[in-house]
Amino acid sequence: MNTHTILEIKGLSTSVGEEKTPILRSVDLSVDQGQTHVIMGPNGAGKSTLGFSIMGSPVYEIEEGKIVFEGEDITELSADKRAQKGIYLSFQNPIEVPGISMRSFLKSSLQQLTGKRMKFTEFNKELEEAMALIGMDPSYADRDVNVGFSGGEKKKAEILQLLVLKPKLAILDETDSGLDVDAVRTVSEGIKVYKEKYGGTLIIITHNAAILESLDVDKTHVLVKGKIVESGGAELTEKINRDGFEKYTDG
Amino acid sequence: MAENKKIPDVDHSRYDFRYAETSDEYMREEDGFTEEIIRRISDEKDDPEWMREFRLKCLELYNDMDMPCWGPSIEELDMNKIASYVRHKSDMKNNWEDVPSDIKETFEKLGIPQAERLSLAGVGAQYDSEIVYHNLKEEVAKKGVVYTDVETAIKTGYEDVVKEHFMKLIRPTDHKYAALHGAVWSGGSFVYVPKGVKVDIPLQSYFRLNAAGAGQFEHTMIIVDEGADVHFIEGCSAPKYNVANLHAGCVELFVKKNAKLRYSTIENWSKNMFNLNTKRALIEEGGKMEWVSGSFGSHISYLYPMTILKGDGSKMTYTGITFSGEGQNLDTGCKVVHIGKNTSSVITAKSISKSGGIGMFRSSVVIEKSATDSKCSVSCDSLMLDSISRADTVPAMDIKAYDADVGHEAKIGRISDEAVFYLMSRGMSEEDAKALIVSGFADSVSKELPMEYAVEMNNLIKIEMSGHKA
Repeated sequence: MNTHTILEIKGLSTSVGEEKTPILRSVDLSVDQGQTHVIMGPNGAGKSTLGFSIMGSPVYEIEEGKIVFEGEDITELSADKRAQKGIYLSFQNPIEVPGISMRSFLKSSLQQLTGKRMKFTEFNKELEEAMALIGMDPSYADRDVNVGFSGGEKKKAEILQLLVLKPKLAILDETDSGLDVDAVRTVSEGIKVYKEKYGGTLIIITHNAAILESLDVDKTHVLVKGKIVESGGAELTEKINRDGFEKYTDG
Repeated sequence: MAENKKIPDVDHSRYDFRYAETSDEYMREEDGFTEEIIRRISDEKDDPEWMREFRLKCLELYNDMDMPCWGPSIEELDMNKIASYVRHKSDMKNNWEDVPSDIKETFEKLGIPQAERLSLAGVGAQYDSEIVYHNLKEEVAKKGVVYTDVETAIKTGYEDVVKEHFMKLIRPTDHKYAALHGAVWSGGSFVYVPKGVKVDIPLQSYFRLNAAGAGQFEHTMIIVDEGADVHFIEGCSAPKYNVANLHAGCVELFVKKNAKLRYSTIENWSKNMFNLNTKRALIEEGGKMEWVSGSFGSHISYLYPMTILKGDGSKMTYTGITFSGEGQNLDTGCKVVHIGKNTSSVITAKSISKSGGIGMFRSSVVIEKSATDSKCSVSCDSLMLDSISRADTVPAMDIKAYDADVGHEAKIGRISDEAVFYLMSRGMSEEDAKALIVSGFADSVSKELPMEYAVEMNNLIKIEMSGHKA
């Protein structure tokens, strides 16, 4: 397989707030195109911060290090520019946006990302297919973005956006939390399609092995107190599911 | 010296164009408000004697009354530098072709003749002090609907009707600028919809104040007779000057038994305007009043449409939005008085403020003892786009009935950085993300408007947002 490094994080340290509370401490991460990486770690380890920092959230100040995407240093780019380069973040707590339907929001996003206008019929077909795939009721397309959605529907809607926008790199921040068993299955089905059909690259932040069952995990990283303390293959995921994080947090 | 305050502004070019008003084509009263000026306006209009006396009495009241002391300061408004009356020398037309070319071009740029052809039952257009164009579709006129200006109504058989209603709902004693209005009113609309007549598509009056340092004092009187139904739209705009302009119109609405009136406003006065406008509606048994209001313009506004639910079972809804930007202090609100039994009112207000703008929303709800079984709900949502802008809510309630069902809800918040980031992570620029959040916030109002006006409102939001500095 002709792979190349899609994302390279070098010595990334971030802080938050006026007190400049450190969160990430010199994180290195290298992800090849088409790979699936899993980030695990106890609560408060900085997993979400890592996702937000890759996406370009202004909440986190980058103190040191850089983020390189497809050979380009994107450390200084705003989130919209990063999205245009092909990065996507599935939010742990998706935001409600009243006044715009999922359909027109996704259509304008897609046009913004591709720079191409799209016919309604063509777009609608694609949207319907994606909704069917993850078992989302078609009526959600005409509801305002995430407004009044249940926790589970919000997460599904994030995967719906993933399937429609087809980014090069998707960061899934606890997409499986708050989902029932069936929902986890349909959502991971959607993720699988993204990976296999569209050749997507994934960084999955999770506590739960269920979502990983149908995916081939290439690398697992354990993040504790803002540092990657161990990296390994798929077997590391299983180990952590069995033994927890005690080994890393004690002492 | 801040009397001629210049306000830096975003690109308003669509509204800002103006044509020079040459002195030989226009007649312009000297600045200020004196008895001589009022007499000349009255002569010019060939008022009946009762109206002339009314004007002079109003001027006296105006001179005796104090400035309002509870709202934003209007001290910088120098009444000695406002012209009470400006008109083009030609008369009102009912054919766009006959309207003087500079005025016609102005209204064409604002899209008024185009809108008339597409979606309106009738159009009135006021330029400075006088209506320059009025036309009503023949089939609507045939049903007996009258749509003209108040002056023409007086001269064409409706003098008694005007006399019976004129400034009876808004009294000149109500406040200083109502008194001023009584003295110098000019132009506006007179609408009468006969019993049982339903006008399917809206009537629209557009008010353009083009002259620098002038006042516009149009009077709108709408009488919707029993069982009738009409939608009236008013639009207003003005080019920007660096001298103060004044708008002190009055709107008096009479909704008879089982009749329905929807009154929509898109106000985009320029940011040198003092908008001291008064609107009031009286609703009879089973009648329904719907207000839809979008306020974008003016330097300072005082605007609180009031509804009197007099008849049993009468209803009112108010859906309004204000957008205050740099240098704007928009003091708006809504007032309702329940008198009849089983009356209901719903007030939904939104306010957006940015770049130091101030948005104030005052609600006043009165439920009289007679208004048994009545309901009222007030909700007010404010969105501030930065930390230098302000939004306030001042609710007042006076409930005298023992069984009234009254609710009030207010939310004030800053635009969420998280939401902006969420949209940006989907490829939207920061500016577009903010504009989207703002139009989403405004959506409950814009969807009450006819399509073209919803588009217009969204355009105004975009214009305002494009000047937004992050």
